Amino acid sequence: MRPFTYERARSPAEAVAAATRTPGARFIAGGTNLLDLMKLEIEAPAHLIDVNGLALDSIETTPEGGLRIGALVRNTDLAADARVRRDYVLLSRALLAGASGQLRNRATTAGNLLQRTRCPYFYDTNMPCNKRQPGSGCAAIGGFSRQHAVLGTSEACIATHPSDMAVAMRALDAVVETVRADGAARSIPIAEFHRLPGDSPQMETVLAPGELITAVTLPRPVGGRQIYRKVRDRASYAFALVSVGAIIQRDGSGRVALGGVAHKPWRVEAAEAELPRGAKAVADRLLAGARPTQENAFKLPLVERTLGAVLAEARGG
Amino acid sequence: MRFDTPATTNPIDQLKIIGKPTDRIDGPLKTTGAAPYAYERHDVVPNQAYGHVVGAAIAKGRITSMDLAAARRAPGVLAIVTAENAGRLAKGNLNTATLLGGPEIEHYHQAIAVVVAESFEQARAAAQLIRVDYVRAAGRFDLAAVKDSGRPAPLFSGPADTAVGDFADAFAAAPVQLDATYTTPDQAHAMMEPHASIAAWDGDRLTLWTSNQMIDWTTGELAKTLGIAKEKVRLISPFIGGGFGGKLFLRADALLAALGARAAGRPVKVALPRPLMFNNTTHRPATIQRLRIGATREGRITAIGHESWSGDLPGGKPEAAVQQTRLLYAGANRLTTTRLAELDLAEGNAMRAPGEAPGLMALEIAIDEMAEKLGLDPIEFRILNDTKVDPEKPDRPFSQRNLTQCLRLGAERFGWSRRSARPGQHREGRWLLGMGVAAAYRGAPVETSGARIRLDGSGMVTVETDMTDIGTGSYTIIGQTAAEMMGVPLDKVVVRLGDSSFPVSAGSGGQWGANSATAGVYAACVKLREAVAQKLGFNAAEVVFADGEVRSGNRRVPLAEAAGESGLLAEDRMEYGDLDKRYQQGTFAAQFIEAGVDAATGEIRVRRMLSVCDAGRILNPKTARSQVIGGMTMGVGAALMEELVVDKRLGFFVNHDLAGYEVPVHADIPHQEVIFLDEADPTTSPMKAKGVAELGICGIGAAVANAIHNATGLRVRDYPITLDKLLDRLPAVG
Repeated sequence: MRPFTYERARSPAEAVAAATRTPGARFIAGGTNLLDLMKLEIEAPAHLIDVNGLALDSIETTPEGGLRIGALVRNTDLAADARVRRDYVLLSRALLAGASGQLRNRATTAGNLLQRTRCPYFYDTNMPCNKRQPGSGCAAIGGFSRQHAVLGTSEACIATHPSDMAVAMRALDAVVETVRADGAARSIPIAEFHRLPGDSPQMETVLAPGELITAVTLPRPVGGRQIYRKVRDRASYAFALVSVGAIIQRDGSGRVALGGVAHKPWRVEAAEAELPRGAKAVADRLLAGARPTQENAFKLPLVERTLGAVLAEARGG
Repeated sequence: MRFDTPATTNPIDQLKIIGKPTDRIDGPLKTTGAAPYAYERHDVVPNQAYGHVVGAAIAKGRITSMDLAAARRAPGVLAIVTAENAGRLAKGNLNTATLLGGPEIEHYHQAIAVVVAESFEQARAAAQLIRVDYVRAAGRFDLAAVKDSGRPAPLFSGPADTAVGDFADAFAAAPVQLDATYTTPDQAHAMMEPHASIAAWDGDRLTLWTSNQMIDWTTGELAKTLGIAKEKVRLISPFIGGGFGGKLFLRADALLAALGARAAGRPVKVALPRPLMFNNTTHRPATIQRLRIGATREGRITAIGHESWSGDLPGGKPEAAVQQTRLLYAGANRLTTTRLAELDLAEGNAMRAPGEAPGLMALEIAIDEMAEKLGLDPIEFRILNDTKVDPEKPDRPFSQRNLTQCLRLGAERFGWSRRSARPGQHREGRWLLGMGVAAAYRGAPVETSGARIRLDGSGMVTVETDMTDIGTGSYTIIGQTAAEMMGVPLDKVVVRLGDSSFPVSAGSGGQWGANSATAGVYAACVKLREAVAQKLGFNAAEVVFADGEVRSGNRRVPLAEAAGESGLLAEDRMEYGDLDKRYQQGTFAAQFIEAGVDAATGEIRVRRMLSVCDAGRILNPKTARSQVIGGMTMGVGAALMEELVVDKRLGFFVNHDLAGYEVPVHADIPHQEVIFLDEADPTTSPMKAKGVAELGICGIGAAVANAIHNATGLRVRDYPITLDKLLDRLPAVG
């Protein structure tokens, strides 16, 4: 870990001003990912702006009948919120499928969206990694890639986004609210928030330098059967091999988002039109253009089979 | 004291304290955080500085330059030790690669420097400023690719190859045959506490507070490596946060703490960072194993052949995966071979049940496959081929062997009769359910072990031995032994362990610790009893120690009074004759698994586990059970998830942290049951005990594999058994 300076911001305006003032600064909230990365010098910010005091930790009902989730709401609190459990249970289930109780107690809503990949080559600073050190190459391509992406990959990077929460947010059409360095607020649909790796895998979201997430909003509840199915080698405390977040209505229509398959939560709205034709039809559309490695090719049938099980469960009552 | 004839009745047989499920006497210290682990010994010596280890960034090659300038200038830095400035270092007898590499690099993350600074953070930050240039050399990283270059390599004890009868003819003539190849991956010990040491020099004398299973070995290895007399080195290791074989040897933390302390001129502490441990230290080597079994149509084995290939650094050792196959089942024609190829991965070495754990993972699937071919219940097939004698030397009996009883009792308790012989028949919701069984075998070695015991004027008994407690319960069973022998309650006994100034013990390894170390305490207690009797003028043969008193005829003297003000001291060790040659001494278990396989995703979850163990006298059923369920948990890990993944291009274990190297979590281990047969083996020691700590892991891997087969009809021969190996053969969804 490199030495760094530290300050506590008292308002979003103050936080973004501090970020503008200090190049190489990072916001820190729960720190469940950033601190680990700093210890390994994968991240080496010169300055940390602690945003925990920003009073962005409440969940409010919006005038449209949705929810506005403060950026600092802890994963545990979000999963346990009565409104979330009643109206957006997909989100609650996804959160509880992730990490451990201790981590969820610290991790925040915004931080969860911003967590970085768990690619082992990203974590080993002796290895080439375009995400960690642009232009150095990708050791995962041709290496150990069982966990890696099958969709939206590039020649530069095959990493996945590890979040469960983000998969649910994608299915629920969440919107990320931010404040920019110049003080202007903007709203970013979750579909546009995360980027594919392309030739700049170090750029993971569309956030501008110094831009701060203040909240995530959810539209009005959509009802339906909401199922989050996370598939992994051990029963808990592991990242998804694949995950399926689904909202299935009585008439058979619905939404499907995938985790563990791409650099972002993966949803193809056009695929959802295939729901009445069953899992294979949906999976074929969702997975169109997939470029798996030899080691992770199993994710394609696994997605289809998992989706099949989810749809059967949804039909079952 | 020498043990060379089977034990007769002795004070341990009273079983007033031995054999009771006593809570661990170190338990309160551990649960309150008061048991000091090596890295936390802030109080033992002032002015401690911090060392941070730098690991090699390549797997094989040479350092061409190291630029230490920036690191030296960094805040708080006191010293940097590299192979270039460390002075002359020897290599320990038990190390394969050198612990401080450079300029030659033998494996990835081999230590190449330690940076010593005022604080941990300063040492770590400075270490990251060291710039190293390397020239890479081609390495060998793929066992399958190099296995045919393997050379015969002897096992721990015994030759590389064994042959009895005519295997080839008998196998060829057998009406029912199996010829199958199995693989097991490299595995990590992944114990909770990393390797950690604090070193302090006082002139030419070195004291090391460390975390080590084998105090005497490591004292000698450290002295040898540093080129100083063994008497100048003191090791102190009273509490150890898990070892599993990973702490049997001198490792880089200890050596670099000593070198760092010498260079900095003050005490230095070093812990290996978790991401370094997997490639820096030892691991269980991967194996490729071929099993050939021939049997009559009735199910009698006529030929059994087991060949194993593993790899290690030049000068290393093989994984002894065939050794149990020499002993477990009858059969007149037998063959084993062991081949060792050279690999440039980190060095392989012992991990919990070295040899048997991976060996039985293969053998016990093969036995299940044979039973299936024969149309026999896998329990009945095992019982049919049970043996009471060493199958290679029929005039040499097992001292005790109740494998059949374990299998029968286990079948009854586990509800084996509910298992469908045809696989894939039980479904419960999304889960395909199956049951599997495997036999477990692990040797019962004994090692010379000593202890010192002091009786003081208050009647307290203090035991000192360099035996270690790696979470196993050594403190408790040693205390129970002394209490039983001296006729005092357990709270009158103080046990002090893990210090090289104490008598040399067997140490913790190979599941020899419990029986050997308590037998050493037994020997010292016999001597102390004699001293007490002599002092009181009692006839030693008639004296009784009970209820805090010494009794002879109608005379009774409180033990405290017998000790007198100056107290009494006795020291002895237990040494062994040839009973282990005359008898094959082993431990046995029947292990049962019920597993569910998700019909859609192939996820595998264990539901129930049972081990029925035949392992001599159980000194403390509570600590023994903890050992067995720990082994069973580790067996589930081996079956379902544990694998050090080799990057065969770059030559290292990629998943080198606890996020990437998955071990079971609580949710993976829902229900465990352990039954011990009520046994005592008089050939093993006056304690009549054996070990259980490694037995528990031995059969579980194969039992899980066999349960998966019973659930799905799918046979996977490459561990770990993960869902991707089942997926394309599972039934259609929907």
